[in-house]
Amino acid sequence: MRWGVIVFPGSCDDQDVFNCLKREMGQKVKRLWHKDALAGQFDCLILPGGFSYGDYLRCGAMARFSPIMHGVVKFAQSGGLVLGICNGFQILCEAGLLPGALVRNVGLQFVCQQVYLRVEETDTAFTRGIGKGQLLRLPIKHGEGCYYADALTLERLRKNRQILLRYVDPKGKPLPSANPNGSLENIAGVCNETRNVFGLMPHPEDACSKLLGSEDGLRIFSSIAAHHGAGEKRHA
Amino acid sequence: MRIKIFISLKKGVLDPQGKAIERSLHTLGYAEVQGVRMGKYLELDMDAASRTAAERRIREMCDKLLANPVIEDYRFEIESDAPSAIGHQSEAKEKD
Repeated sequence: MRWGVIVFPGSCDDQDVFNCLKREMGQKVKRLWHKDALAGQFDCLILPGGFSYGDYLRCGAMARFSPIMHGVVKFAQSGGLVLGICNGFQILCEAGLLPGALVRNVGLQFVCQQVYLRVEETDTAFTRGIGKGQLLRLPIKHGEGCYYADALTLERLRKNRQILLRYVDPKGKPLPSANPNGSLENIAGVCNETRNVFGLMPHPEDACSKLLGSEDGLRIFSSIAAHHGAGEKRHA
Repeated sequence: MRIKIFISLKKGVLDPQGKAIERSLHTLGYAEVQGVRMGKYLELDMDAASRTAAERRIREMCDKLLANPVIEDYRFEIESDAPSAIGHQSEAKEKD
């Protein structure tokens, strides 16, 4: 499976994603510079975390106009798998590939901690390898991760089951006290209607080995790899 | 012309910064203050053949980049302070 990790000026988790895929999972990964046109064959593109363009104006507002984004939008529209992590999630929302927006954390503080997440839907490439209702322990590190969408959009998200991850307590309950940033309905990750674009604030790439305290992040990447493998088999 | 653009959070979007500022004002004794909302303010110079043309371009810029329609509203003012600018504008109006 061929993975592409897009590097924007100010991205800082691209190397972590690269290491996670290459070193921990033995996958074929290429880093892609934002100023280049998207060239080559890829099965999954990842927009990593960081502070693209210094978070100026709004997080992700300028990165969405990077030259490579033309290719990313086309890739997504033709059904390609796109994963946005943290700043990548913000960029995908700004680009209109995902609904809603990420605004300043309710507590105004940058949050850097481990959280529990409940997997809400499993009929996507990103979560198919994880059981519905299962918990993941992943780190978050962001200042603008409060998910917002208007009432109509939120209703559509629920109806289409596009909410894939929620912040929960260790028992799996989406309580207000388990919400680290004020996100609506404890939302930590959503997908698009066609379920091939997924954005999440937590960092699966930073939970990819026992040494880091959790291997739960690998379950998301493995899920994508398994989905791809199943597709290859179908086409064979 | 000189353009002033005001970007504000939509009603219903949480504004924790505004809330914190409001609390600070209360602490300072300004108990009468309520509903503080914090926004962004931009100034820019631009050339345009007419006021209408400028408005169209500014709206485009705001919709594309300067504001995020999911969470923000915007409004703008076109300032024609310099005498030459006023002259330029009335000329342009005749052409319309």
